[in-house]
Amino acid sequence: MVEGLLSVRDLSKRFGGLIATDGVSLEVIAGEIHALIGPNGAGKTTLIEQLSGAMPPDAGAIRFGSVDITGRPQHERVRLGLARSYQVTSIFPKFTVLDNIALAVQARSGSSVSFWRPRDSETALFDEARRLIGQVGLAGRETALAGTLAHGEQRQLEVGLALATQPKLLLLDEPMAGMGPEESERMIGLIDSLRQNVTVLLIEHDMAAVFRLADRVSVLVFGRVIATGDPVAIRNNAEVKRAYLGDEAAT
Amino acid sequence: MSGILILEQTLNGLQFGLMLFLLAAGLTLVFGIMDMINLAHGSLYMIGAFLASTLVGATGSFVLGVLLAIPATAVVGMLLEITVLRQLYARDHLSQVLATFALILIANEAVRIIWGSDQPLTTPAALSGPVELLPGMYYASYRLVIIAVGLAVAVLLYFVVTKTRTGMLVRAGASNREMARAMGVDIRTLFTLVFGFGAGLCALAGAMLAPLFAVQVGMGENILILAFVVIVIGGIGSIRGALVGSIIVGMVDTIGRAFLPALLREFLPPQFAGAIGPALASILIYLLMAAVLFWKPQGLFPARG
Amino acid sequence: MRRAPVLALLALAIAFPLVAKDYDAIYYVSFASRVMIYALAATSLNLILGYGGMISFGHAAFVGAGAYAAGVLLVEGITSAWIGWPAAMAVSALLALAIGAVSLRTRGVYFIMITLAFAQMAYYLTVSMKAYGGEEGLNLPSRATLGFGLELKDDVTFYYTVLVLLVVALVLLQRLVHARFGRAVQAIRENETRMQAIGYPTFQYKLICFVIAGAFGGLAGALLANQSNYVNPSLLHWTQSGMLMIMVILGGVGYRYGGLIGAVVLLGIEELIANHKIAWLAALLPNYQQHALLGVGLILLAVVLFAPQGLAGLFARPAPAGNGRG
Repeated sequence: MVEGLLSVRDLSKRFGGLIATDGVSLEVIAGEIHALIGPNGAGKTTLIEQLSGAMPPDAGAIRFGSVDITGRPQHERVRLGLARSYQVTSIFPKFTVLDNIALAVQARSGSSVSFWRPRDSETALFDEARRLIGQVGLAGRETALAGTLAHGEQRQLEVGLALATQPKLLLLDEPMAGMGPEESERMIGLIDSLRQNVTVLLIEHDMAAVFRLADRVSVLVFGRVIATGDPVAIRNNAEVKRAYLGDEAAT
Repeated sequence: MSGILILEQTLNGLQFGLMLFLLAAGLTLVFGIMDMINLAHGSLYMIGAFLASTLVGATGSFVLGVLLAIPATAVVGMLLEITVLRQLYARDHLSQVLATFALILIANEAVRIIWGSDQPLTTPAALSGPVELLPGMYYASYRLVIIAVGLAVAVLLYFVVTKTRTGMLVRAGASNREMARAMGVDIRTLFTLVFGFGAGLCALAGAMLAPLFAVQVGMGENILILAFVVIVIGGIGSIRGALVGSIIVGMVDTIGRAFLPALLREFLPPQFAGAIGPALASILIYLLMAAVLFWKPQGLFPARG
Repeated sequence: MRRAPVLALLALAIAFPLVAKDYDAIYYVSFASRVMIYALAATSLNLILGYGGMISFGHAAFVGAGAYAAGVLLVEGITSAWIGWPAAMAVSALLALAIGAVSLRTRGVYFIMITLAFAQMAYYLTVSMKAYGGEEGLNLPSRATLGFGLELKDDVTFYYTVLVLLVVALVLLQRLVHARFGRAVQAIRENETRMQAIGYPTFQYKLICFVIAGAFGGLAGALLANQSNYVNPSLLHWTQSGMLMIMVILGGVGYRYGGLIGAVVLLGIEELIANHKIAWLAALLPNYQQHALLGVGLILLAVVLFAPQGLAGLFARPAPAGNGRG
């Protein structure tokens, strides 16, 4: 089996009596867009929390590239190139769009333990921020306060923040949550454009988007990966159908 | 170190802890249900003590004076809630801290203007004699009364909170305010009543402890900090946590102050023991709180789901 | 705030002692020194409270630690300010490092409580230091020495020294706020989780901020000790922390001159009430001058309820956050 960019082995997490992650093993190959789907409550976000470092697993191991990141704190994983976006928008609403992205660019360009030079004088930082803002489709909105953006624009910023950290692997948690058809189309275009340069692990409910974007799909049900394969194979997989639609659909 | 002394200090610790519980219970409910840090809780304790002192003087009866002080302080508390505190529920914690700190300043000065700096209240004559608990061991009967009252209130509170409808509403509110509101509970009135109830408890504690500690302006601040330490240790929003926390804090503080300096003198040269002893005794409960927070950041019995 | 008013104020501050001398009002020079020292303390608190969003109820511990460090050195015969004052800053910084390392692992009310607890511990520690006065406090033999022919025991010289230090501190802290570090800390205040998710070790940043604030608080403490020639455990009491917080909110949380404005207003009001009888107020409430804190409490309550941005907030244009509020 090809060793992936991200390699998850037997990851487990329980909350009291509830098993959220049940021995999950997963490989994400460099360069691919790998979708993670599953019914509500399957434990997708909990899995992302453990992969990104926000939540420690009870058991199992996570390897990123050649590094065992299982015990590493979140900010270290970001430095190594593993970034995530949030299902529930988590931006800096009182800052401008430009400031939002600049913060992420700042994190990746040298130390912020710098007390004297005014940050706003760093033109290179802001040039890079503007480029990213254009990339996620928010050109022209630089000076708007992030909290005043429309929902769809906020989702674009959400992805932009993660992208600004120059990740090798991007964990996108339902980037199209709450978006209308036009906005979703734009987001699909954005994710597609990342295809060569950034590996993506995409959690999504929007099946059309998943089948258009994904190279491979993994299905998570009750904290377990029940199938992995290319989109067509997954669509025809009996177990997957049963999980989503109930027993009648599989027969 | 005689067994009698240990028993005596243990009883003192229990007594102090139970009175602390009266404050902590109100405080934890307000924090748990309304998510509000109320620094003025200690001021209600002070107002209760001053009112009791005046009412005892006016009625000539200790019991009557104390009993009247409770609803009187409850009314003060509810007025405070309706006028000022209600505006703070939606605000951030910093605003709550500062606004209630302002109330402390205002209350202290208001009391000073109305009563002067202190207003002594002495133990009622009927209860000032000692009681022989064990052969050769005498304990102040008044302190026993305090323990009895404290236990009675704890039991009463237990029944109210677990067995009555109001208690159920309160517990629901403490663990999930939004849900309680969605279920149609009249939140505003509930809050006012809870606050008034907490104020009443403060008054009871203030009145009962008045003969033992001085009734003076500023008496609320010290006990306020202890009450906060209690609810942090016990778990915010939990009455059970408040009870356990209060007993622990009361015991540790009393026994620590009584025995730690002597204990240190056994092991350390006298000049160190003399200096560190009292300081260490004072900070013992803070160390305890820090330790609890380290291992159980939500306290011992967190009420919030 | 724009340049011109600030420079005018600075000019006023420079001219003040000279004018006071002419009007035989040296007492006010001393008072002004005290105000500026508290302005420094409040500004240091504003760094963690306003910009960092950390509600520390134990800041008085750092001010007090600095005061005691400076005081103890003076009592032990080390009179040079060049040693004493940096030492005070170092002591406070170390204390802030220790307290911050533990406290910053908590959030919300737990953080408030644990900073309060540590401050109380420091308070009881100073009470127990019998060798240095204990509860009575410690009288200091004299103010520190600066050398260069400058005598700090002259109130006017002391005033200018404090003024220079305050101005330097304000400039340094402003540079910090607008530098990468300050931007990061303000963003952490807004959304700490996301800051971690974009690669910032937020705990370290908060701790560094905490230590810097502690150090400047310690400097204020050293100056306080010298100003009154006296140190006393009550400097570390949590109600003193409360007073500093009042100054910050009065002046404006997170505003450049919030600490300064708050110190001027609070101490000014206290001075006014204590030493200048207002006839009609005296008619209403004969002893009102002994109840200055009542007025302070009412004003504070009013500010929190109706003007939470403080006085600076009333005057300054609300600039987009992240671009600094002046």
